[in-house]
Amino acid sequence: MTPTVARVVDRVVEGPGTVTLVIELSDALTAPAPGQFNMLWAYGVGEVPISLCAVPPLTNVILHTIHDVGAVSHALCELRPGDQLGVRGPFGIGWDLTPARGQDVVVMAGGIGLAPLRPVVEAILADREAYGQVAVLLGARTPNDLLFPAETAAWSLSLQVETTVDRSAPGWTGDVGVVTTLLGRIRHNLTDAVAFVCGPEVMMRFGARALLDRGVSAEGIQVSMERNMQCAVTMCGHCQFGELFVCSDGPVFPWARVESMLGVREL
Amino acid sequence: MKSIMETLAAQPIFADIDESTLTLLAGCARHQRIHAGTRLFTEGAPATDFHLIREGRVALGIYTPHAGLVTLETRGPGQIVGWSWLFPPYRWHFDAEALEPLATIQFDGHCIRGKCDSDPVLGYDLMKRFSTLLDADLRSTHLRLLDVYHRAPTS
Repeated sequence: MTPTVARVVDRVVEGPGTVTLVIELSDALTAPAPGQFNMLWAYGVGEVPISLCAVPPLTNVILHTIHDVGAVSHALCELRPGDQLGVRGPFGIGWDLTPARGQDVVVMAGGIGLAPLRPVVEAILADREAYGQVAVLLGARTPNDLLFPAETAAWSLSLQVETTVDRSAPGWTGDVGVVTTLLGRIRHNLTDAVAFVCGPEVMMRFGARALLDRGVSAEGIQVSMERNMQCAVTMCGHCQFGELFVCSDGPVFPWARVESMLGVREL
Repeated sequence: MKSIMETLAAQPIFADIDESTLTLLAGCARHQRIHAGTRLFTEGAPATDFHLIREGRVALGIYTPHAGLVTLETRGPGQIVGWSWLFPPYRWHFDAEALEPLATIQFDGHCIRGKCDSDPVLGYDLMKRFSTLLDADLRSTHLRLLDVYHRAPTS
């Protein structure tokens, strides 16, 4: 429960209000898995859960992409190389790539949701022959909000990568429309495919339903839930979601396990 | 190149359609190749036809004096471009421009309306099929209006 003291060694501005921090830890963490999260503590401000956006081989160096939406995330985004912060983790259950081995794969990311999915794509690329056809569908608010453009361009050399934005901008010649419309561009059959979906909850609901309509099974869809995680160890109860605790039972869940609860409006 | 009948039969909106209806539709259609940058239609002009895209992408947008064509949405393979041929006053509300070289099936809207008017059963069947696409477009637009990627700052 005690945070490890860490230091920012690099800071990359990804877009408006979004930065990636490369963080060096004083003590190595347990090797994280794709989809897990750390609690990042901005000293004097507070602590927030942030997914790992990469799973580097060195366990004393971690990468987090942070979107500035509140006091704590703002303080984290303002950190500069040399600044210190506290880190606890890694926590939770991440993406399960096992059922995707030997199958076709769809990765659907909306906005900052690409950050926790980046390790999934990197894992697939590192063992490309273990997977079938892979389509990566990316949605963002505007072209300026698209994350990791250099990486996604490189992915397109060996994966089908489709990108769309909700709002166009001068000079943008890519697609405009919601991310679910990109499903129609997938060149392979989605029956028996495994899908990894992350983004705003509304986007994940519509994304999962669109995948079901295309023949993906509910068990074949994994989503990364976001709730108010404060302790990250099931003690505080803030992230309770029905019978589940998002911090320890998730944040990644099979769609079949959360679908019915997402329809309960008070949860 | 596949025949028009084969191409139409492979489209989800024409799934389970009977062959005679498909023949009627194909009678109002032709293959079309369109260069990138071509304006398919222009706001205010008579809406006489529409396209089913086989290859390439189309930008739907509104022309503004300072920014040129502001893209509202793009359409790609398997999608239909243009609905104003179906509704009075049969004038385009937007511009459409080919972003890439296009292969389409171009339909004569007046021809299809005429066949639907003379055969209400056919007209109802086609209207139901086209309505599913309009419904999908409307839902997509509603989702974009939600601006789901924008998160208002919290305290």
